[in-house]
Amino acid sequence: MWQQLYSELKDENFMVVAVAEESRGTDHARPWIEQAKSDYWQLIDAEHRLEDLYNLVNVPQAVWIDEAGRIVRPPETAGSTDHFRRMDLKTRTMSPEDQAERLAARQAYLDAVRAWVATGKHALPADAARASLPKVTPQIAESRARFRLGVWLRAHGRAAEGDRQMAEASRLHPDAWSLWRQAADLDEVGKASGPDFWKRVQALGDKPYYPPAKL
Amino acid sequence: MTKILTPTAEHDVAAHDGLWMSPADAATVTGWTLKPEGMCRAELCVPLPASAVGTNEVDVAAFWKKLGGPAIASDQRDVWALGAPADERNGALEGFEAPDFTLPDVNGVARSLSQLRGKKVFLATWASW
Repeated sequence: MWQQLYSELKDENFMVVAVAEESRGTDHARPWIEQAKSDYWQLIDAEHRLEDLYNLVNVPQAVWIDEAGRIVRPPETAGSTDHFRRMDLKTRTMSPEDQAERLAARQAYLDAVRAWVATGKHALPADAARASLPKVTPQIAESRARFRLGVWLRAHGRAAEGDRQMAEASRLHPDAWSLWRQAADLDEVGKASGPDFWKRVQALGDKPYYPPAKL
Repeated sequence: MTKILTPTAEHDVAAHDGLWMSPADAATVTGWTLKPEGMCRAELCVPLPASAVGTNEVDVAAFWKKLGGPAIASDQRDVWALGAPADERNGALEGFEAPDFTLPDVNGVARSLSQLRGKKVFLATWASW
């Protein structure tokens, strides 16, 4: 997904780290990774540790980290848009206008990464970065622990109990699409984008599924 | 044995009645050491109620709750997840030092963010689902 960007910038002291939030594990993620033919890091995060550490809620989200190891852009949507919500569910197609807008938004995001690497542009000053940091609440902290327990139980033959922990994790942190969708996928591959997913998306109303990055 | 899942590790510990365990096991699992003042890490000590300390043992579930972190048990109480306290996560993120992590690549090679110091890093998530 990021190979072109990486190829362009890899001699500029730049690295891409792509992390698969994939509780089914490495072998499940492997076909996608092989198809990407990437030479940046492709890591597997079966327990969604990164989401816990960085307070992430969906995929794809990105964090920009500078040469000193400092976060210069907190978690944000990595170029995806909500145009998919308007697609024709029967044919799974978007209007040409929506397709064009979606592509343009992704290009704009990639261009912002290029500008950052070239000149430091788009790196946020600390006060602006702090204002855009999502806060971890005690409910979110509990949600992460329950999800971790649920993944372990599922992986050790205790699916029903694991599902209950994961359902409670989603209830405690309803904004975390990645927790709900991962649990759905563990239940059955495909369920994460099935009818229940669309119902949840529709229930968002005017709220975004992918809040756009403020560039 | 009781299985304890922390945000970055798994431990098998001899525990009873929840998470009562030896101070040595408590230190391995939590990174905090039992002292007369309470559970201590570096200069910081968290006082414990008398009910959470026994003869050469400590109630880690009670300590963890005192710390403000979630301690979640399985139905049979044989597996526990100790989550990071919300304040700890917020404090780390508000300092803007990118939290380090180690994860395997597809070949099982462990990679750490800290290996990339000196480069700009675009860290992005994805999933098959």
